[in-house]
Amino acid sequence: MQYRSSTPEFDRTIEGFQTGEHLANARRQADARKLDDVLIIDVDCHHYETDNFAEILEYIEDPVIKQVAVNTFAYKGSAAVLMDQPGYQDVGGRVSRYLERKHESIPKSAHPREVEQTLRWMNALSVDYACLFPTPMLFMGLHPQAEVEVAMARAYNRWLTDKVLPSNPRLRSMLYLPFNDPEATYQMVKEYGHKAGVIGFMVVSTRYKPVYDNAFMKTYALLEELGLPLSFHASYHWNDQLVSMTNRFITAHALGFTFFNAVHCANWIVNGLPERFPKLKVIWIESGLAWIPWLMQRLDNDYRMRTSEAPALKKLPSEYMRDMFYTTQPMEMVNNHEALELTFKMINADTQLLYSSDYPHWDMDLPSTIWDLPFLSEQSKRNILGLNARRIFNVDVSDRFPGAKAAADGMVDTFNQEVAPP
Amino acid sequence: MTEIFVARSADMPEGARNTVESEGRQIGVVRAKGKLHAFLNICPHQGGPVCDGLLIHRVEEVIAADKTYQGMRFSETDLHIVCPWHGWEFNVETGRCAGDGKHGLKRFQTVERDGAIYVVI
Repeated sequence: MQYRSSTPEFDRTIEGFQTGEHLANARRQADARKLDDVLIIDVDCHHYETDNFAEILEYIEDPVIKQVAVNTFAYKGSAAVLMDQPGYQDVGGRVSRYLERKHESIPKSAHPREVEQTLRWMNALSVDYACLFPTPMLFMGLHPQAEVEVAMARAYNRWLTDKVLPSNPRLRSMLYLPFNDPEATYQMVKEYGHKAGVIGFMVVSTRYKPVYDNAFMKTYALLEELGLPLSFHASYHWNDQLVSMTNRFITAHALGFTFFNAVHCANWIVNGLPERFPKLKVIWIESGLAWIPWLMQRLDNDYRMRTSEAPALKKLPSEYMRDMFYTTQPMEMVNNHEALELTFKMINADTQLLYSSDYPHWDMDLPSTIWDLPFLSEQSKRNILGLNARRIFNVDVSDRFPGAKAAADGMVDTFNQEVAPP
Repeated sequence: MTEIFVARSADMPEGARNTVESEGRQIGVVRAKGKLHAFLNICPHQGGPVCDGLLIHRVEEVIAADKTYQGMRFSETDLHIVCPWHGWEFNVETGRCAGDGKHGLKRFQTVERDGAIYVVI
């Protein structure tokens, strides 16, 4: 593949991209830190469902939507049914794997190519289990046709649970929920909640559907009953009225990936949903960590003055937020470690924080981002990298760690712990 | 001080690069702006193979005398090498991180003589 530079003399040609070679330094890091001896569960990573899009379209159940999608796909590609928007995740070819991974040589097998591709990067990063999410479908919440989101969610989930998850026990997923249709959302949980490899369900946050809508209550109740976490995965919407004022992708991303999760989280708490569903595990994905102390402080401050507007609450908003779970990436590795350390304390990172790489995306984080933090004990590092996820997803890790104890052994009971930071 | 052979001079024209290994470390050598530059192939951000990345001139803003924005252009002088993992950019002549000067690449000396290139460690 050729990458154009600022002048022709620096144009670059890369041939024979191989994920393991691209991540050779990650493998060296893992070896130096002996991370193969550490349980690492990556709670947020991705594949590109568009690599197998023709196959996925065949899984659409609605015959009319399928007929249109297949014919439109033939000349328009995945935009036939997916939402797209401007954005330059690869920073103009500077992050080369965006283009290269599409052409990586992978021996043909009975499984889709991303199975082998995913295992390659997992092995390099020393990740034992990975929760796989789609990529372009992270914009589906903006699709003007709710029925198309439903059709694609059902097709993708059927394909994923048919073709990808059964192919290797290290691969898991929180399945996509077509949240713009509350009834279809409920049916999805009911139908797929017991499927092998399904460890929860995921709402793409970037949409205009409030989480407090009564129509969702039976879904939350069902998830709580099944013991399956509900996660909210961030993305961005450059045409959102607020974000559309930004003129650079850096701004759209830095702000846009936090807005929708912050709004959903604030709505979740102020409407007292933690009181209605006290055992429902809620996870906020890919908004980094810095937004959490900001929202905690804003809500606590207002709540003391406007308690009457959030009458369901029995404790401070920040205390509810400390019962929730957060993924690490993109962790704000600012020069001032004190800020990060305080954030970890404020969210009870020891029990609530879940490592995520977001690989292969441009702002991916390696396990060393956690392992090398100077203010964490080794036990805290192990909790964040894998033990917390093992507990909340009830992951059987015996195939990778045959001597491992049962998931709950020695761990803090999240719902009964002392949640205030020391 | 040890000299490690990198490549024949003729095989490394402007914009070319090569990597050598020494005691488990990878050192990348690039010829850019008429000079040789050698760096440890580890990005100070998360350890990415920075020497495998794109060479590209610094992007700069064009601001008119009246302070209005007039667009962007590539610098005619400052050349960067970009880590392919995350896009951290480094000035190829100084090794300094373009976005945060507190960080930089570990640099090595190079020697070019008798039609051959060596890195000194």
